[in-house]
Amino acid sequence: MIRYPRRTLLRAGAAFAGAAALGFPAIVRAQTEKIRIGHLTPLTGFLGVIGSYAQLGVKLAAEEINASGGILGKQIDLLSEDSINPATAATKAQRMLEQDGAAVLLGEISSASSLTIMQVAERNKKVFFSTGARSDALRGKNCNKYAFHCDIPNTVMVNAVGTALSQQGMVKGKKFFTLTADYIFGHDLLKAAKTFFGAHDANLIGDELIATDVTDFSPYLLKVRQAKPDVVCCNLAGNQVTNLVKQYAEFGFPYPLVGFNLNTGDAWAAGAGNLSGTWPTVWYHTLTNPTSQAFVAAFTKKYGKTPENHAWIDYVTLKLLAEAINSTKSTDSGELIAYFEKQAQFDIGKARKAYFRSWDHQLVQEAYPFTVKPKDQMKDQWDMLVLGDAVPAAGDPLESIYPTKEQNPCEMKA
Amino acid sequence: MQFEFLLEQVVNGLVLGGYYLLIALGLSLIFSVGGIVNLAHGAFYALGAYICVELSSRLGFRASVVISPFAVALLGILFERFILRRFYTADPILSLLVTFGLAMVAEQAIRMIWGAAPVTTEIPQSFRGSVIVGDFLFSRYRLLILAAVAAILLGVWWLLQKTSFGRVVRAGIQRPDMVAALGIRLQPYMTAIVMLGVGLAALGGAFFAPITTVHPAMGAEIMTVAFVVVVIGGLGSFWGVVIAALLVGVVRGIAIHFEPAAGEASIYILMFLVLLVRPRGLLGERIEKFE
Repeated sequence: MIRYPRRTLLRAGAAFAGAAALGFPAIVRAQTEKIRIGHLTPLTGFLGVIGSYAQLGVKLAAEEINASGGILGKQIDLLSEDSINPATAATKAQRMLEQDGAAVLLGEISSASSLTIMQVAERNKKVFFSTGARSDALRGKNCNKYAFHCDIPNTVMVNAVGTALSQQGMVKGKKFFTLTADYIFGHDLLKAAKTFFGAHDANLIGDELIATDVTDFSPYLLKVRQAKPDVVCCNLAGNQVTNLVKQYAEFGFPYPLVGFNLNTGDAWAAGAGNLSGTWPTVWYHTLTNPTSQAFVAAFTKKYGKTPENHAWIDYVTLKLLAEAINSTKSTDSGELIAYFEKQAQFDIGKARKAYFRSWDHQLVQEAYPFTVKPKDQMKDQWDMLVLGDAVPAAGDPLESIYPTKEQNPCEMKA
Repeated sequence: MQFEFLLEQVVNGLVLGGYYLLIALGLSLIFSVGGIVNLAHGAFYALGAYICVELSSRLGFRASVVISPFAVALLGILFERFILRRFYTADPILSLLVTFGLAMVAEQAIRMIWGAAPVTTEIPQSFRGSVIVGDFLFSRYRLLILAAVAAILLGVWWLLQKTSFGRVVRAGIQRPDMVAALGIRLQPYMTAIVMLGVGLAALGGAFFAPITTVHPAMGAEIMTVAFVVVVIGGLGSFWGVVIAALLVGVVRGIAIHFEPAAGEASIYILMFLVLLVRPRGLLGERIEKFE
C-alpha cells in the first residue's frame, strides 16, 4: 500500500474542494439541471388506446427538443404516466407538481380527469395544457387561468359535422336518435348537439346515456330500431365508439350512423368495412403541409406506425410550450400565461396558424369533417378517411365555429 | 307494442347470455375438477380473439373462428401440465396468485406481440344484417353464435353425462381418492377438462372479435361478468352456470329497457340478491361454512 504524507493528502483534498466550488458546479449543474414536465394520459380503460398514442407523441417531441439543445439550454425531463381515473389523475398531478418539481403539466383525454387536474394546477399556480379533453364546460363554467385547451371543443365538432350534414340535406326536419357517453364529456356533447338540432329544425326523438364500460350495445340498438329515426348519432367516446360502430354494422340497420366525436384511433380499431357516415376530426396524417408531414415521417420512422390525432396534439403542445419558454426565457406561470394571452401564433401543422384565445384559453384552429374511404381504395389500414374541406372556410374567421362568450361564458379569477 | 319491445329485449338477453356462458362454463369446469379459480381465464378469451384476427387475414373468418379455439386448447395443455398441476392440492391462495400473475403476464405478452392499439377483423358479408321474425329483430350473426353455443352445450353435457370420460370426471370431482384406488390416473382427464375450458373461452373471444374492440385488456374486462355468472349459478354447477348466464343477459336487457342507467348495475344487484337468499348460488353445492 502506498502511503501518502498527510500534508499531500490535505493539499489534494483542498485543491479538489476548491475546484468543486469553482469549476465543477457549473458543469455538474448543466448536466443535472433539467426542466421537468409532467404528462398524464389514460393508458388503461376505455380511452387507453388513444392515450397510448398521446404518450408516443409527447415522447417524440421531448426527444426532438432535447436533440436540438433543449429549452433555454436545459434538457427536458419528461415524466409520463397513466392518469387512470379522475381521482388518481388529481393525485398524480399533485405529486408531479409538489414532489417531482414539474414546471408545467400537459396531457389528458378524459374531460372528467382533465377537470380534476385543472383544479390541482390552479391550486399550485402552475400551467396545465389539457391536450385531448373536449368538453365545452372546461372552457366555460369550469375555466381557470392556469388551464389551456388544445383539442377542439364539442361545439366545434358538432358544427363541423353538422355543417357537412346540412349540405347533404340530413338535418332539416329529420328525426335524430343519439347515443351518449354517460360522463361530463358526453353530457356536454349532447347539450351542444341539442343546440345545433334546435337551430336547424331537426328533432331529437330519443337519447340513451351509456356507461363508459359497456361493450355490448345490442339492447340499445333494439331501442334505436324501436324508435325508427332518420339518422342515428353517436356521442360516445373511446372504445365505446369502436364497439358501437362494429355492432351497428353487424345489425345492418338502414338508418345512417353519424357522429359528433371520433378519434382516428377509434376509426382504425373499428376497421374498414364497419365504419360509414360523416364524422369530425381535429387532424389526420394525410394533411399536406411541411410541419405535419415532417411529424408523420418522424413518428412513423420511430414507432413503425402512423400517428393518430392524439399523438399529434400532445406532440405539437410540447413543441409550442418549448417555443413559449424560449421566447419568454422563463418557466414562470405568470409569464407564460401572459405570453399565450397575447394570442401568439403557432404552426401546428395546418393550413392556418393557431393561437390560444385570450378569454377562454382555447387553441383556435381549423377542424375537418370526414367520410370513410371505400375499402378497395385504401392504400393501407391507416388510409381510411377522406377529409372534407377545413372548417371554417378559408375566408371566414377561425373563431366563427367556436362558442362565443355568450354561449360559453368563462370568468377567470385573477 | 311496449310489451313486444320488452320481449325483444328478453330474447336478445338470452342470446347475450349464451355468449357469457362460453366463458363462464370453462371457469366453472376447471374449478369443479381441479378446485382452482382460474383468474387467467380471461387471457385465453383474449388469445382466442387475437389468434382469430391474426388468422382471418390469411384464412378468412370462418376458418379462423374454428382453428383459434383449438390452438388455444393446445396452449391449455402447457398451462395445465406446467402450472395448474402443481396447485391442485396446494393452498387455494397460491393458485389464485399464480393465475392472477399469469393473467398479467399474458396481457403484457399480447401488448408486446400485437401492440397496444386494437386489431380488427370483420364478419363475412353473408353473416351481417338482421333477421326479423314476427315482430322481433335479431342480429343474424348473434343467432349463429346462439346456435353454436346451444350445440356446444349439448355436446359438453353429453360428454360429461353419457360417456365413460364423463363418468371418470364426475367421479373424480366427488371422490378423487376412490378413482385413484380403482387405478385410474386423473391427470389426463384434468388436462382434457382444462383444454375444453380454455378452448370454450377462446371460442367466445373468436366469436366476439369482429363485433367488439380487440385490445390487450379485453380479458380482464370479461372476467368480472364471468365471475358474476359463476357466483350466481353456483361454483361447479353445470346447469347453475347455464341458467345464471341466461338470467344475467335477460336481467341486463330488461334493466336497459326500463332504466338504461341501471343496465350495468343490474347484474350486480342480481348477484347480491341471489347471494343474500342462497349463498351457494342457484344450484351450487352446499357450503357448510356459510349456511
